Amino acid sequence: MSTLIKQDILVELLANVGTGFEQVRAAGKEAFQDQGFPTNKSEEYKFTAITKKLEQSIQNFAPAGAFEVTADQVKANVFEGYAGDVLVFANGHFQPSLSSTIEGVEVALLSEKADTAIGSIAKPGKDPFCALNQSSFEGGIFISVPKKAQIQMPILLLNFFKANGGQVIQPRVWIEAGDFAEVTFINHSVNLSDTPYFANKVMELKGGLNTQIRCYNLQNEGKNAIEVSTTETDIQKDGRFTSVNISLSGELVRNNLSINILGSNSEGNMYGLYLLNGKSHVDNHTNMDHTVAHSESNELYKGILADSSRGVFNGKIFVRQDAQKTNAFQQNNNILLSEDAVVNTKPQLEIWADDVKCSHGCTTGQLDEEALFYLQARGIAKDQAKGLLLYAFAGEVLDHITDESFREYCIAQVQRRLGSNF
Amino acid sequence: MSKDNQILEELTSKEYEHGWSVNYEADEAPVGLTEETIRWISAKKEEPQWLLDWRLKAFKSWQAMSEPKWANVHYPKIDLQSLKYYSAPKLASKPKNLDEVDPELLDIYKRLGINLNEQKRLQGIAVDAVLDSVSVATTFKGTLSKLGIVFCSFSEAVKEHPELVKKYLGSVVPMTDNYYAALNSAVFSDGSFCYIPKGVRCPMELSTYFRINAANTGQFERTLIIAEDESYVSYLEGCTAPQRDENQLHAAVVEIYAGAHAEVKYSTVQNWFPGSKEGVGGIYNFVTKRGICAGDFSKISWTQVETGSAVTWKYPSCILKGDNSIGEFYSVAVTNHYQQADTGTKMIHIGKNTKSRIVSKGISAGKSQNSYRGQVQVMKRATNARNFSQCDSLLMGDRCGAHTFPYIDISNSTAKVEHEATTSKIGEDQLFYCNQRGIATEDAVALIVNGYAKEVLNQLPMEFAVEAQKLLALTLEGSVG
Repeated sequence: MSTLIKQDILVELLANVGTGFEQVRAAGKEAFQDQGFPTNKSEEYKFTAITKKLEQSIQNFAPAGAFEVTADQVKANVFEGYAGDVLVFANGHFQPSLSSTIEGVEVALLSEKADTAIGSIAKPGKDPFCALNQSSFEGGIFISVPKKAQIQMPILLLNFFKANGGQVIQPRVWIEAGDFAEVTFINHSVNLSDTPYFANKVMELKGGLNTQIRCYNLQNEGKNAIEVSTTETDIQKDGRFTSVNISLSGELVRNNLSINILGSNSEGNMYGLYLLNGKSHVDNHTNMDHTVAHSESNELYKGILADSSRGVFNGKIFVRQDAQKTNAFQQNNNILLSEDAVVNTKPQLEIWADDVKCSHGCTTGQLDEEALFYLQARGIAKDQAKGLLLYAFAGEVLDHITDESFREYCIAQVQRRLGSNF
Repeated sequence: MSKDNQILEELTSKEYEHGWSVNYEADEAPVGLTEETIRWISAKKEEPQWLLDWRLKAFKSWQAMSEPKWANVHYPKIDLQSLKYYSAPKLASKPKNLDEVDPELLDIYKRLGINLNEQKRLQGIAVDAVLDSVSVATTFKGTLSKLGIVFCSFSEAVKEHPELVKKYLGSVVPMTDNYYAALNSAVFSDGSFCYIPKGVRCPMELSTYFRINAANTGQFERTLIIAEDESYVSYLEGCTAPQRDENQLHAAVVEIYAGAHAEVKYSTVQNWFPGSKEGVGGIYNFVTKRGICAGDFSKISWTQVETGSAVTWKYPSCILKGDNSIGEFYSVAVTNHYQQADTGTKMIHIGKNTKSRIVSKGISAGKSQNSYRGQVQVMKRATNARNFSQCDSLLMGDRCGAHTFPYIDISNSTAKVEHEATTSKIGEDQLFYCNQRGIATEDAVALIVNGYAKEVLNQLPMEFAVEAQKLLALTLEGSVG
């Protein structure tokens, strides 16, 4: 079985954490020790042998630590035409000198906000990696958007990753938004070295009444990255949360996205695109939990898989007994482009309320031969026609990005990929 | 709202119709499960040595296994040592025909609405009735044997066709397949055996009725259906049990082998005692059913109407090994009161151009939990595999649950797999539409539920469809009018 002995790992990781959050970290440690690393028997990690991968690729289970990021590096990785604010992180450590100050938003180190309720939204008992992060996260940032603040421009969280001393990077983000606030976040990670590393990210978002939060995530981290990304949010009355997750590469990426709907007349949206080639393995686990009446959720995940890549999707929708009049929709579509690509999908509905409308759909197939023929008949070369159809397939997800410069950037990335690798 | 409550009230007050038991003398194995029990059963049934060895081997592997925990059902741990593993009606001698069968036994079946004689005359269905553990009567044997068809109890098959049993037993469901299959392999007492020779189209429906009568017994029957190349058979299975306060265990294994161009249609109407409306008693129905489309162009079709059992754990599956083979699964699962059902199917595409179709309709009422759990697996060499799955749930009342766990694992880029699921209650607009046209609410609900399940009920053979419709109406009476 696993040679990853949980205590050993924790010793190295825990030795380097700073002071503060002693109770929080202790709770995380206990939760991790209870759960241990997932085995191939764990239902949640059935198709993603992450423990084995960690054993193979990661030799040095120590925190990577902060490092110097230059202004040029920041400049090179901000999207062309991007006009919003940028917060820069090096292995999860905030770099204030390179970051913009955002008017009307409080940004602080987590260590300065000792009373933050870390782990109250992304509970450590639910997932071992979430617990591991809680026990030994590095740095960490606190972002607070005050009541009624309308932050027009998006906030880019630019994460630079580099295996540096150790190979474990555990950033932690806490975001809270007051009643009636509106804000958009973009998560973008940049890999600065070829050494394999394990990024175990956790982001908690706390919404208020009628808050509108959008959260975009672009994963394009190079072939050696093993990543577990946990994002969890609570939506209150009249609130809305939209997540768009684009995965373009990574040796092994696991995304745990959970939305807890705690107030009525609220809406949760999850959109995702995974465009994989080579030996990439991307696993999206989503969890939409309707706990009160009158709420709505939409979920659309699409995947294009080439070479010997593997896409895993597990979408859960829970409709609790009190959540009458819920409308929940979920869809997962996959296109397999090669003989060796594999897709494992499990759209899961669990419903305890009767007056609901819930549906899910799931398809796996190829490009429509007739559509391809139609384009070819009109003088478009087969490869080009394929690219066009695939782009149209992916476009449905990209359309949900509201920030124009980021959308253009994603479109360019997707098109580049569709043009070159498929 | 008061109407809803009233409907629910009526629904939950519906009692189990088949809840009687008949007192007859039974020949029973001692309580408990040890190697001795198995030897006892084997000796009782005058089995050859190889079968005893097979049982003991299964028992050994079972001892190393632990009870599966993954299903979405909750029940107190079953004490397997407190069960009797064999219970047979005491017969002076083996009956040659129906006239020699104990009239009291026949009376049981009459009360079930399966009068063997009558069915024999009117519908031309060959029936093999299994009471507790032993097959009591098989009709129409002569007619079938003229065509070379073997349809008899399992123990008879062991004696008369040992070569067939030896060849196919455990070939589709290996003895180590899962906890309950292993248990069944060790202690199975009887069941049905059916063999259709090459090129023969079975002229009538073959039918088995299972009933658990004695208290504290487990029923472990084993069904083996072999359809040789180019043959056809339609097989029906029905189950009932008396009303008892304690839970009874039913752990059956069904194996189907279909050769090239063969077609097997397997229909089940399962109406084991579901427990009282307070959730006391009822049958634990832990069944392993699997068919293999071994030859090219073969077809296996499962149809099930599940209305009974306190806990159901059942996944009739198809292994589509032959090229161009077809697997089908049609299911209506109704749960009421405290019933729990975790049922679905597995379609494993191995051969080229294989097709499968899954239609699952769940109806939950009362405080029941109804889960669909299915897997569609397309292996690497299964070029042009095609699957369509649809699983719908209908909820009645706000204390019940409907769950869907579909696993879709695709390793071939030419596969076309579609899955869709919906969950809803009966729409107020639908009811209003019917009301407007002069149809009373209760009739309208009946109409809608029937229409909802029609796609599956249509797959049942005529005689069964009538029974199934009645059962559906009974189980949901009150809520459906």
